[in-house]
Amino acid sequence: MLPFAALASLRGIAARGGLRAASAASALGAPAASAWAAPRRAVGTSAPAAAAASAPEHQQSAEEPRLPQRGEARKLNLCSAVNEALHVALEADDSACVFGEDVAFGGVFRATVGLQERFGAERVFNTPLSEQGIVGFGIGLAAAGGTAIAEIQFADYIFPAFDQLVNEAAKMRYRSGGLFSCSGLTVRAPCGAVGHGGHYHSQSPESYFAAVPGLKVVMPSSPAEAKGLLLACIREPDPCVFFEPKMLYRTAVEDVPAGDYTIPLGVARTLSEGSDVTLVGWGAQVLVLAQAAKAAAALPRPISCEVIDLRTLMPWDAKAVAASVSKTGRLIVSHEAPLTGHFGAEITARIAERCFARLEAPPLRICGADTPFPLVYEPLYLPGVERVLEAIKASAEY
Amino acid sequence: MALAAIAAAGAAGRSGLLPALGRALQRGFAASASADDKFTVEVMPYKAHKIEPPSNQVETSIAELTSMYELMYTMRRMEIAADMMYKAKLIRGFCHLYDGQEAVMTGIEYAINREDAVITSYRDHCQLLARGGTVKQVMAELMGKAEGATKGVGGSMHMYRKQAEFYGGCGIVGAQIPLGAGLALAKKYEGKRNIGITMYGDGAANQGQKYEALNMAGLWNIPVIFVCENNHYGMGTAEWRAAKSSTFYTRGDYIPGLKVDGMDVLAVKNAVAFAKQHVLDNGPIILEMDTYRYHGHSMSDPGSTYRTRDEISTMRQERDPVERVKKLLLAQGVDAGEVKAIEKKAKKEVDTAVEESKVAAPPPMSWQWKNVYHDPVGIKLRTTTGGYVTPSYDPTYTLP
Repeated sequence: MLPFAALASLRGIAARGGLRAASAASALGAPAASAWAAPRRAVGTSAPAAAAASAPEHQQSAEEPRLPQRGEARKLNLCSAVNEALHVALEADDSACVFGEDVAFGGVFRATVGLQERFGAERVFNTPLSEQGIVGFGIGLAAAGGTAIAEIQFADYIFPAFDQLVNEAAKMRYRSGGLFSCSGLTVRAPCGAVGHGGHYHSQSPESYFAAVPGLKVVMPSSPAEAKGLLLACIREPDPCVFFEPKMLYRTAVEDVPAGDYTIPLGVARTLSEGSDVTLVGWGAQVLVLAQAAKAAAALPRPISCEVIDLRTLMPWDAKAVAASVSKTGRLIVSHEAPLTGHFGAEITARIAERCFARLEAPPLRICGADTPFPLVYEPLYLPGVERVLEAIKASAEY
Repeated sequence: MALAAIAAAGAAGRSGLLPALGRALQRGFAASASADDKFTVEVMPYKAHKIEPPSNQVETSIAELTSMYELMYTMRRMEIAADMMYKAKLIRGFCHLYDGQEAVMTGIEYAINREDAVITSYRDHCQLLARGGTVKQVMAELMGKAEGATKGVGGSMHMYRKQAEFYGGCGIVGAQIPLGAGLALAKKYEGKRNIGITMYGDGAANQGQKYEALNMAGLWNIPVIFVCENNHYGMGTAEWRAAKSSTFYTRGDYIPGLKVDGMDVLAVKNAVAFAKQHVLDNGPIILEMDTYRYHGHSMSDPGSTYRTRDEISTMRQERDPVERVKKLLLAQGVDAGEVKAIEKKAKKEVDTAVEESKVAAPPPMSWQWKNVYHDPVGIKLRTTTGGYVTPSYDPTYTLP
């Protein structure tokens, strides 16, 4: 475990990154009457000075304080970063166990490779193909004080375990009057599109779990993020569902700090600052938003976008999003899950509530279609860069 | 070994192997009378749980074996072609091959009729073929083409054939098991003398929902055969590492079971025919088919990290289900040229299907909004271009 002081300092660092626009948000507490009368801000005309600077600089300034540079950072892909986090977790905590389908050999995505060799078959072991059993056992282990890191091979397979997560894990502390909890439970599951996964290897079920009080739901957007957030989930005193965008397993590569670090849950990260439109996403979609923001900045009439990676869906950093939207006046939320009833709805509703007087355009959601996840129509279904860019233009020109 | 014990039996009674061979040589099997002559083959004795097992003397004929060989050889070629097309990136997505297990579905198909319902897991290409689908339908579906079995919208794991009561491949491990019991419940409710067959693997055999289905099927005497295709590896985990008891035919406790040599199509056919009668009269049974998959679990699994290459090659040499039928045919005196002709025909069918599927058209994009609901009154689904559509119900998928 990290010493508390180190945790606290990390928390501070991340909080600075996530709440950069706190001063702008202060106006939200009591919307001034003048806000109603304020003239509509046109795109690019009354942007804060910061927005004038080029995007790459901002990306750097947002990235720099994000993670501690302890030890040597290594270039890792997201899968290896998860693997490293698991090594760290098992090293630091004797009670930690990793289990799931085929994890002893490294799992289908190789995320657990080398763990059994190093920590033994008593701590890293294969389970039968029994998702309900896997999570149920994890809950028992965690309720008895252990650290259970369970893998569901694909997020699409998590539904047999839905009851265990919703009715057992989430309510354990509440219903036992605080006597028991499954704080030590973390369920990892690869999620999202992968290019050709079809109906049952592509879904993004995060919003179902975000709707369950008692669970924490996290989805990282890069290797360094994945390592820090996974370690945070494992040590979080609440059961966590950690979705890993499998599209990024091999394609996302960046410097990942060596050793042990955590990124606090519930704190968003601002990838790039902007003044016209706030783009909110999580997981692999953050990269789509970043590309769309870049494309918007390169338009003949440039639109400056602020890209926010939510990191955690439950609890989600409404403060950071509200602060950004109160600055830009425009909001676009984007996710792979279908439009109707998924997490974009929660964000746009809350922001409409909190930032009503500051909005210059209706909050938009750019999401998957309201259909099952398709096999041959995946590019059609997914909310790609072009569609996000269209939405940015529509929002700016509203 | 079964081959050594082959006995031929004409209408007049059983006779030895040599007379049968002589007869075959004399007539060259051009005459249908000889091809339909019945003879018996000894298969591996069944192991039984809470039931008297059927005899291991199985009656068959040259005609039946020839037809089985044609189907099984086509399955084998088709799966090998699918492997190649996958590696050529013409098939994308998740793809699970059936080669090695051909005898199981073939044996089932020859013991039931097309009003008996069949449902299986994601390893379903050959089930479609056995239930009367074509190689073309499978191959086009694999490549995501509109001419596929499910119009290209399902892919490898989702092949269906309604006219033959084939309820398809299910993507979630074990999810089809209770469904199969439900299909059988429908047959019983309708008062038909038909059954449901629900196929699953040794991996799925440890799923909780299987036990819920077993209990209800037993409680209500549902005519369902639980077919556990034990290929000995649930993905990359050996059965004994995943199951406290890997004698899957006994895992139904109060439900009787048989262990069947799943590499021998005649053993399977005989067991399923016996089981069909049993479930119609007495309620459910478990048939554990001892079988083997040559390929990995899916295309991302080389299939060689959790088992030895020796094990695979020994299985191919000693128990290959397709070779077994071929040897039987040859031992019965069928001309090697005739067997070759069957193989040539199958190869051609597969090659043609591959080539035609390559150039076939993908389904139109508007189909993404078909069949999400039957009649969504007042419901509009969002399209990806920002508009809204009322999805249509159109099982025929007529082109716009």
